[in-house]
Amino acid sequence: MTLWAEAVPRALPPGHYHLRAVLRSEWTKLRSVRSTMWALAVTVVVGIAVGLLASSSTASQWRHGDTVDRLLFDPTAVSLTGLLFGQLAIGVLGALAMSAEYGTGTIRASLAAVPRRPVLLLAKVLVFGTLVFVVSEALSFAAFLLGQAVMSGSAPVAHLSDPGVARAVVGGGLYLTLLGLLALGIATIVRHTAGAITIFAAIQLVLPIIVAAFPAKYGHPVGKFLPAVIGSAMTSTTPYGAHTSFLPSFAPWRGFALLCAYAAGALVVGAVVMVRRDA
Amino acid sequence: MIEARGLTKHYGPTRAVDDLSFDVAPGQVTGFLGPNGSGKSTTMRMVMGLDRPDAGRVAVNGRPYHDLPWPLREVGALLEAKAIHPGRSAANHLLTLAQTHDIPRRRVDDVLEEVGLTSVAGRRAGRFSLGMTQRLGIAAALLGDPGVLLFDEPVNGLDPEGILWVRTLLRRLAAEGRAVFVSSHLMSEMALTADHLVVIGKGRLIADQSMADFVAGAGTTVQVRSPRGAELGAALRGRGAAVDDGPGGCLLVGGMGAAAVGDLAAELGLAVHELYSRAGTLEEAFMELTRDSVEFRAEEPAPPAAVERSP
Repeated sequence: MTLWAEAVPRALPPGHYHLRAVLRSEWTKLRSVRSTMWALAVTVVVGIAVGLLASSSTASQWRHGDTVDRLLFDPTAVSLTGLLFGQLAIGVLGALAMSAEYGTGTIRASLAAVPRRPVLLLAKVLVFGTLVFVVSEALSFAAFLLGQAVMSGSAPVAHLSDPGVARAVVGGGLYLTLLGLLALGIATIVRHTAGAITIFAAIQLVLPIIVAAFPAKYGHPVGKFLPAVIGSAMTSTTPYGAHTSFLPSFAPWRGFALLCAYAAGALVVGAVVMVRRDA
Repeated sequence: MIEARGLTKHYGPTRAVDDLSFDVAPGQVTGFLGPNGSGKSTTMRMVMGLDRPDAGRVAVNGRPYHDLPWPLREVGALLEAKAIHPGRSAANHLLTLAQTHDIPRRRVDDVLEEVGLTSVAGRRAGRFSLGMTQRLGIAAALLGDPGVLLFDEPVNGLDPEGILWVRTLLRRLAAEGRAVFVSSHLMSEMALTADHLVVIGKGRLIADQSMADFVAGAGTTVQVRSPRGAELGAALRGRGAAVDDGPGGCLLVGGMGAAAVGDLAAELGLAVHELYSRAGTLEEAFMELTRDSVEFRAEEPAPPAAVERSP
């Protein structure tokens, strides 16, 4: 052993590898794959475009609407329609943030550098979560402001200072962020891109259809727990939302808390199986 | 320094690695030999903490990999060629690894230069040939300037010039005092590179000794040709030698030196047209030792060449 120390006097820096450095690495991972940045850009462009479309068609039909339509009209929710499309892209991105590591084999290099697996997962959650939060909030605010501008003059419009409006617009960004983290958690558990995206799409697209087919007596109490229904309430200023055909929902912040619990639950299960399984 | 003690790993009912103990010492190249499916890759993955042993333990520089304060500065590994996102450039791939350990960006350029990939540093790794991917994997292993290096089949996909480069690199790393642990199914390659051998079969340790001792274990064979071969063969057998028929009517004699064979022929007045002794090769020693522990084998006993070529 003396020979060893003399031949390679390799003084290690003090301390040990740390989360801050792993965060930098994860940020490089995200920005250095072109498809990630493209997907985010497409999410924003499509999200805004669909919101504009919904807003302008609402504006043009306002004159023909009946009283009920007018009573339930929620200009905030209409302008945020585009988030519905954004949520799928965000879900795919969240899943890929983890499943691409397994699919490409990069996970072995990543775990060689960061053998403490929960640290790697935490870094991914923080970096991806922050990026998606910033982009989603920007999308939500842009879609709201542009949507109101389009409807202005033809239909009643909302202002950020109106009751519940700021909450709904901020909620739109939070909703997308949490969906992205939920997808990341699912991908950590199943480790396959296709599997993770299928599960995510089933939760967002298939479950609501199944629940809607139930008689109200069973469907309504179950439907409240669906992320899509929660998201609808979070992005509306009325209790009905714009998109869920009057499925009853939890109050926005309560739904938000539930969604946080879903994402956290998936990530915690993901962390546990990640530590237990061979990579 | 790697110390494995009683490493055991099951995959379902299969014992991939069975009570394996060995050391990889600094300052030399330790070759890791075994037939396909004998557990070499599994063992390397356990060293790296990627697979969890069912029993036993393995330490690098005295600690489990998981507990190393600066893993990449202590251990560099090329485990599988494909550990790279195809959409990421070579330089960015290395940068993501460097950043976890506060390794400066300049070091990324240095290792790319070392492996000869500077000109394609910005190209997406998905477009790399197998050989270039392998070089990038070696660059990643060198990134933290570690004292312990693991290479799983490093010459896979490399051209002759690349193979020579890897051989030189491994020798140099060992000469610098690093512990170099390298698996290969290319016996000839290992014979030129390794100082010490760890040989496993069906997950069990078969040999752990210096290359010289290992090859000596294969023994020497004397090849002798005589116009009266039958008589000579009978006489040799009478003196306790093992005699086989060799190519072109010659005799292959085991258990007796060339001098003794020649003396016996002279004593009997038998003409000898050809007489020489062949030293054992690594390949022969390996085949001899692992004959009973080959997991996948063709119906007929496989000729050495077939084993060497299998992936």
